[in-house]
Amino acid sequence: MNNNPQLNKHGELQHLLTTEGLPASILLNILDTAESFVGVTERDIKKVPLLRGKSIFNLFFEPSTRTRTTFEIAAKRLSADVVNLNIAASSQSKGETLLDTVDNLSAMHADMFIVRHSQSGAAHLIARHVRPEIHVINAGDGRHAHPTQALLDMFTIRHYKRDFHNLRVAIVGDILHSRVARSQIHALTTLGVPEVRVIAPKTLLPTKVERLGVHVYHDMAQGLKDVDVLLMLRLQNERMLGASLPSSEEYFKYYGLTQEKLALARHDAIVLHPGPMNRGIEIDSAVADGKQSVILPQVTFGIAVRMAVMSILAGN
Amino acid sequence: MKIQIKNGHLIDPRNGVDAVIDVFIAAGKIVATGAVPNGFQANRVIDAKGLVVCPGLVDLSARLREPGFEYKATLESEMDAAVAGGVTSLACPPDTDPPLDEPGLVEMLKHRARSLNQARVYPIGALTQGLKGERLTEMAELRDAGCVAFGQSDAPLTDTLVMMQAMQYAATFGFGVWLRPQDVSLANNGVAHDGEVATRLGLPAIPVCAETIALSNIVLLARETGARIHLCRLSSAEGVAMVRAARQQGLSITCDVAINHLHLSEMDIGFFDSNCHLVPPLRGLGDRDALRAGLRDGTIDAVCSDHAPVDEDAKLLPFGEAEIGATGLELLLPLTLKWALEMRMPLSAALAKITVGPARILGVDAGHLSAGTAADLCIFDPNQYWKVEAAALKSQGKNTPFLGMELQGRVKYTLVDGSIVYEN
Repeated sequence: MNNNPQLNKHGELQHLLTTEGLPASILLNILDTAESFVGVTERDIKKVPLLRGKSIFNLFFEPSTRTRTTFEIAAKRLSADVVNLNIAASSQSKGETLLDTVDNLSAMHADMFIVRHSQSGAAHLIARHVRPEIHVINAGDGRHAHPTQALLDMFTIRHYKRDFHNLRVAIVGDILHSRVARSQIHALTTLGVPEVRVIAPKTLLPTKVERLGVHVYHDMAQGLKDVDVLLMLRLQNERMLGASLPSSEEYFKYYGLTQEKLALARHDAIVLHPGPMNRGIEIDSAVADGKQSVILPQVTFGIAVRMAVMSILAGN
Repeated sequence: MKIQIKNGHLIDPRNGVDAVIDVFIAAGKIVATGAVPNGFQANRVIDAKGLVVCPGLVDLSARLREPGFEYKATLESEMDAAVAGGVTSLACPPDTDPPLDEPGLVEMLKHRARSLNQARVYPIGALTQGLKGERLTEMAELRDAGCVAFGQSDAPLTDTLVMMQAMQYAATFGFGVWLRPQDVSLANNGVAHDGEVATRLGLPAIPVCAETIALSNIVLLARETGARIHLCRLSSAEGVAMVRAARQQGLSITCDVAINHLHLSEMDIGFFDSNCHLVPPLRGLGDRDALRAGLRDGTIDAVCSDHAPVDEDAKLLPFGEAEIGATGLELLLPLTLKWALEMRMPLSAALAKITVGPARILGVDAGHLSAGTAADLCIFDPNQYWKVEAAALKSQGKNTPFLGMELQGRVKYTLVDGSIVYEN
């Protein structure tokens, strides 16, 4: 049970389920491979034949257009056949279990599953269940992990900052409910970022989050001081329904990223956001569209990173 | 049928017996221990050389899943599991479907159980109608039907006025009230202990204060009402400390711990092992150690199996969606022995926690081998190792965090009312 479920017996990547527990060499290999695909995505004919004849199933148990689309584009640029399944609207509502669905699709000779599910651990469950020749990519499971998002963030950071070893990175927002934040933290610490900070009110931080290797701040002015990279998180509207936060207005006032707050970071700091953004809640439009924002390049790099992950898995 | 059990190591914690002594059984009762009674002619002699002979085990929580959940397990399968685990008396919680809130249901269950001639079943009646936490059940009627105490199992009792009145009413008749301390709003649909592991795995979490705040309410109401309270399934170090303090004040409070929580912690969830989806959640290593120590110093009176057979498919789901519970009847003895071994406790002290300890909480005449009492016995090989695997378990529930582990201590014979109901 405690063997790394992501690696095959040769220590190669079999599934990508989380950034936790992977050696830096594997993460860097993904980033390096993605570099070579950035060129492809900028060509007139944006296709390479690496995954020709392979069947990739986009298995989305939770609605998503952005992530699903980027995976779809990435797979198509690798010449794979892609099938999109929006399971929330089909078999699950007819009572079929998660693993039944997976078995049925496996019988259609799937080579790879890209899975999104509202429950933490869903991708692990599927990876444990499928035949050894099938690869699983976690496209987000509950609050647990979203490794390709974190990897495209790492790619973006490396693109602009060149090196991880002298950076101060702050993750701002709803850490408690965020699979993106967890995957970012593991990736950053693995890649040797010396100081990772999380900034949030106490209601949006998980217990003992410092054990993940981060410094905890509740105040933006202190937390953003001398920071090189700001990773903003999306604030779900439903946080306002319970007692996590009083209002989006108060949240924006104290934790929303404005030009004034950004000025506390280093002058060359970059701002990332996994999208979709809530302008005026976690980020001000002036920042989102400003010169320090690298939010759109993130999306472009996201395709290359997902191509890299798929091609590496298919080769192992 | 007259049975002589010879050469066995007799351990009877209540009577302070711990020596190689023969046991003589006739007409379903213990007639003597030690020397052969005058004129005793055994029909059968069990040679228990190298084996331990002890009172049949008493389990404070075993779900038999009847009525209502026969697809998970049946009375037949789980009663087989009980005697295979050396359990001769068991309390079943009221969380059946429908819940045990009417005398007819209780009588039916008792009748069905009796007809199997295996372990004795002591139903815990529902404290409130439908376990909804709103209106009291007819406790006195339910007692007459066979209930030995009243509780909510894992159903919430959020209204503190109802809790107080339930305790007052139960105290009127001297009935025990069994409660698992958990504040529902703090538990907030969590699925794991609010600690490092839940943070790492992104699992919705249940903080320790969900237990301690509820526990504090229960303790204060116990003092107010004078009710006899049994706390089910403690999970935290703070909870153990609070119970210790309450007992020092002289309150009538007993408590138990489940086998899983005695050995496991949040760390055992590993990569989302759904067999570790339990209530209360497996907590930190410090909590586990405090439970182990609390059991040793007597703050915790009993170990129970918290047996909850779940069908296979219900565990093949993402952690949070996987059904709660684990099979336990056949693991109660080996896991209690494992605790004793690791804590360097004498065997008799360990057996007290699964015989006389729980029998006292139930208020039934069981868990000892005094002359004249019903011959309910467990005879086990304390040195035999066996592997926990589906094929080795009689229970219909095959799910347990201990699957694949080698455990020490295997039941060889189980006797109820002087009949051999299990032989291995």
